[in-house]
Amino acid sequence: MSDETTTRRSSAKVRRQQILMLYSRSSALDSEVVGWAFYDGTGATVHYAGDQDEAPFVTPLAAMQAGWRVLQVSQLQAAVPGSEYDTGYLPFEIMLEQLVTLDKAPI
Amino acid sequence: MSSAVARSDLLTTRQMAQFVARGFLRFDELVPEALNTALMAAIAADEVAGHPPGTPLADCYEDCAPIRNLLQLPAVRGIIQSLVGAEPTFDHHAIHHCPPRQERAQDTHADSIIDMRRGAFDIQIMYYPHAVTRDMGGTRYIPGSHFRRINEMAIARYQNILGQQHVVCPAGTLLVMHHGIWHGGGCNRSNESRYMLKIRLNPTQRQTLLWNTDDLIDASAGPSAIFAADAYRHTDRVQTIFERPEKWFPLDESRLETVNRIRLWRHLVGDASFDSHYWLTRVENIPGCDQSGRERSGCDQSGRERSG
Repeated sequence: MSDETTTRRSSAKVRRQQILMLYSRSSALDSEVVGWAFYDGTGATVHYAGDQDEAPFVTPLAAMQAGWRVLQVSQLQAAVPGSEYDTGYLPFEIMLEQLVTLDKAPI
Repeated sequence: MSSAVARSDLLTTRQMAQFVARGFLRFDELVPEALNTALMAAIAADEVAGHPPGTPLADCYEDCAPIRNLLQLPAVRGIIQSLVGAEPTFDHHAIHHCPPRQERAQDTHADSIIDMRRGAFDIQIMYYPHAVTRDMGGTRYIPGSHFRRINEMAIARYQNILGQQHVVCPAGTLLVMHHGIWHGGGCNRSNESRYMLKIRLNPTQRQTLLWNTDDLIDASAGPSAIFAADAYRHTDRVQTIFERPEKWFPLDESRLETVNRIRLWRHLVGDASFDSHYWLTRVENIPGCDQSGRERSGCDQSGRERSG
């Protein structure tokens, strides 16, 4: 194999992003995960609503210790006057990413 | 509806409290097999027609014997009357058909749009005319999600939530839900089609004390003191039911969900002073104002002195 061929092959490698959404029980990153979603930019796996009854990590911190990088954490919101007791979307959302290097772009 | 519903066919106070707390009631094998078979045949023959929204339920399904007979079952009449009264109106229905070998599920959502009602609710009767196995997906739903003010599919990002339920049931099972419950059709990985009939009903009367209230006084007994052991030991009491969090509740919202339960219960029992564990009585205590915070003398809703 010539040097030129090796260079072409290594430049064909691509990086793809995997996104893990975790929803924790409190604003603390070491609190229990109560909701989750996984979006796989490599195309290797497909996830959908209701496909797992057990969280992939017990806490967001456990995901970080497994190599996931935190991209965004939801802000703490002051209660809206007049709606102090209302509940809505899950309040503690942590978005994490993992970059995966592939030999070639997924089809 | 023809004759009066027998008191024994109405829901109990404890069932109503469960509905308020968790947003659903489930009744396994409530519908006889003959009716299940008849409905499946009607679906196959495309004989299940809907009605304009707002039609009195009593005027619906005259040409569809399986559903008419379903709604005439004493237990079904008792459930409907307990929750939305004796003369509800038809909102809409849908026959949910999930073909075999699906590759994904319907995203989690709440039906309709943001619903601002607090003292009234619709019910959605989900009827499973054939057995549903785990492989067939079944309806997925999130207990206790019904008070959350979200807009329909905005929650599609939430693929999984701790404590989510998947309907696996024998034929003839009914799941009766508060309109706000988060839910979605499960992924049918089996080789069989899955069917479910959903009927949404609206109340036409105030939803107060419509159930069998014979156990209301006993079930309403409160704890001897806040955080006392008996507050949690009597699991069939309304206040204990209201204090029980779902697995997924955020820590800071568990008590807010109890407040949501208390507020709906006040409407259902017609008692604006009902409370559980003193949560609302404490914060409604504004000397000089009435319970809702409206001024009785010279203070505003926060209890501050009004100027001028």
